[in-house]
Amino acid sequence: MNGLKREIIAMVLAGGQGSRLKELTKTNAKPAVEFGGKYRIIDFTLSNCTNSSIDVVGVLTQYQPFTLHCHIGIGTAWDLDRSKGGVYILPPHTNDSGGNWYKGTADAIYQNMNFVELFSPEYLLVLSGDHIYTMNYQDMFKFHKEKKADVTIACIEVPIQEASRFGIMNTNEDNRIYEFEEKPKHPKNNLASMGIYIFNWEKLKKYLKEDAKDESSAHDFGKNIIPKMLKAGERMFAYPFRGYWKDVGTVESYWEANMDLLNESCPVDAPGCYLDLYNDEYKIYTSSIAYPPQYIAPGANVKKSMIVEGCSIWGEVYNSVLSYNVYVGKNAKVINSVILSNSFIEDDAVVENAIICSGAKVLKGCIVRGKPGKIAVVPENKKQSSNMILE
Amino acid sequence: MLTNYLGIVSLTENDSKLKSLTATRPLASIPIFGRYRVIDFTLSNLVNAGVTNVGILAPAKSRSLIDHVGTGKPWDLNRKVDGLYIFNYSYEPPSISDIKLLKSNMEFLLRSKKEMVIFTQSHMICNIDFEEVARCHEESNADITVVYKKVNNEDDLFLDAPTLILDEDSKVIGVGKNIGRRAFVNVSLDMFLLSKEFLIECILGCLENGNCGSFRDFVYKNVQNMNVNAYEFKGYVGCINSISSYFKVSMDMLNVDIQQELFSKERPVYTKSNDSPPTRYFSTCEVENSFISNGCLIEGKVKNSIISRGVVIEKDAVVENSIIFSKCVIKNGAVLKNVILDKNVVIDSNATLIGHNKNPLVMEKQSEVCLNLLKEVKRL
Repeated sequence: MNGLKREIIAMVLAGGQGSRLKELTKTNAKPAVEFGGKYRIIDFTLSNCTNSSIDVVGVLTQYQPFTLHCHIGIGTAWDLDRSKGGVYILPPHTNDSGGNWYKGTADAIYQNMNFVELFSPEYLLVLSGDHIYTMNYQDMFKFHKEKKADVTIACIEVPIQEASRFGIMNTNEDNRIYEFEEKPKHPKNNLASMGIYIFNWEKLKKYLKEDAKDESSAHDFGKNIIPKMLKAGERMFAYPFRGYWKDVGTVESYWEANMDLLNESCPVDAPGCYLDLYNDEYKIYTSSIAYPPQYIAPGANVKKSMIVEGCSIWGEVYNSVLSYNVYVGKNAKVINSVILSNSFIEDDAVVENAIICSGAKVLKGCIVRGKPGKIAVVPENKKQSSNMILE
Repeated sequence: MLTNYLGIVSLTENDSKLKSLTATRPLASIPIFGRYRVIDFTLSNLVNAGVTNVGILAPAKSRSLIDHVGTGKPWDLNRKVDGLYIFNYSYEPPSISDIKLLKSNMEFLLRSKKEMVIFTQSHMICNIDFEEVARCHEESNADITVVYKKVNNEDDLFLDAPTLILDEDSKVIGVGKNIGRRAFVNVSLDMFLLSKEFLIECILGCLENGNCGSFRDFVYKNVQNMNVNAYEFKGYVGCINSISSYFKVSMDMLNVDIQQELFSKERPVYTKSNDSPPTRYFSTCEVENSFISNGCLIEGKVKNSIISRGVVIEKDAVVENSIIFSKCVIKNGAVLKNVILDKNVVIDSNATLIGHNKNPLVMEKQSEVCLNLLKEVKRL
């Protein structure tokens, strides 16, 4: 062997558009959207890989990949710049029989089978690049091996009223899945798939090849591969996860996930309530930029917020998350909002229940106000010179 | 872009007045302005001018310096061609001069293809455009160009620094010492531009004549025998040579104009990053006029202070006019005024520490690892 053999490697699906994030993903793939002050969404998945000692990570990109590719680079930030292994960016490509865009999540893996084979893995970990959570995949891997499973799907309990947004699993006592319903109208329970799978690679290969020939398939794990494997009676298990997990698929859930970081009243015994970014033993890595520390000026008033290097605050910031290099002017008010990098909130402006995208300016005295459930969004690089008040 | 220059950073600096801040580290790696170390400014000035080849003459106690600088990656100095070299004193007596150190590493100078040298130190903190200095030096046809600044002696910041006596063509005709008697003096920033050839000549001449102090002393002693040109730097300079100057320069960062000049958008300051999360300000905190790094958890009151990474300030604690290094914990109800806390210091709840605003109280660095290990041992 040439040092490339691995027991398990990870493939991160990062090609989706995330169109429900509207302005946030206009020029940017969803995994590259800024989150939580200094991070981008994909940092959580990549850091989980690093913290779980998984050192071969393929990242499948397709929609607006430029920022994402720049961000990942050669993987240095996550210690994934290895001489053997590390991070590999895998965009769609052509070959001697033409070539295709990635048609679905399963097709994306199918088109990169040769890449996976380089490492001759026994197991394949399939991840999404657009979820916010911290998880040690080794625990799930151990579970997978103990259960002698063919497939293990990580799952989490969601509020029953939201269950129809997810793939819902019905399991018996030993966590074996006997039924899987993709986005059911009338969910039988609240055990949702987190879109994290461990497959036995040899098994999966067989199903991927069959699926590729199936013209009627959407080539999607949730819609096609998982139901097909279940039908065939493969050993499928649900791995119960009890931490914080959020699929930031919509503007509202993206805003909420940012707000969750500011929660000060989480019970100690509710790990799902709050994402801990402050664990020195489990850092979230990102490629950082050289900015000076944040300056909180005389007369500023900052409370219940998260702020990053490069910011200058002269006004009031309450219950908000600020990214790099944000300026908040005198008497400006920023409340319940997410402010992305390099943006200006000029003097006397008011920003409430809003997301200000990167490089935008809210000019002097302007009001940008949304409300929970209807968050106001100022697009990237826009000069907001008039009020935007959502009723 | 100064593609024909190499940088030499000589760290044989006098740190005798910095007390415990330099007990375990050289002056160059004293933490400053929250996330930086003193040497970051010199290195950034060099690389922002396009210098890609830098030799650091490191003093004893360099562990933290080498840990910080590493391969030079934050400054883009991790290169196959040229890049960063660290020469240290492992085989030499600690009192050795930088001249001897350069002599024993002559290969570095001879092997480099660069023909010109910027010879500098780390304790003068500024954001200087070396390209402009190089232009001035090359036009002057002088042997050496020294950078100086006209300073006002009001606050004794540049005491003991060498001062330049200039003729009307701004040629250096003598060098004295700033004893603080005159209102305005031309303080040398200990930055020299010269050709590599001339530097080698100086080193060899020095050794032959047994006149072997540091390179800067050699230049200052011999200004009459060489053609020494002076370049006036008009920007901000913070001179780190004592506890009180360190304190004053740190607090200068709370002046927005100085802050914006030193951390200019055109010429950023690079440093080693350490993946700290954002800083959290809790509902109970009151923060005003402070410079705060990432990774802090603030529930108490912070005023006119500089806070490094990963500091915890608990509820009802008060931190005023103070400088807190990384990973310190200030427990609830503690009060700090005019204090410098070195790394990993834990202040018990309701403790009160008050220094003088010209002479702050300095708390020594604690070894985090040892403390934790001791706790483990006690538990067993």
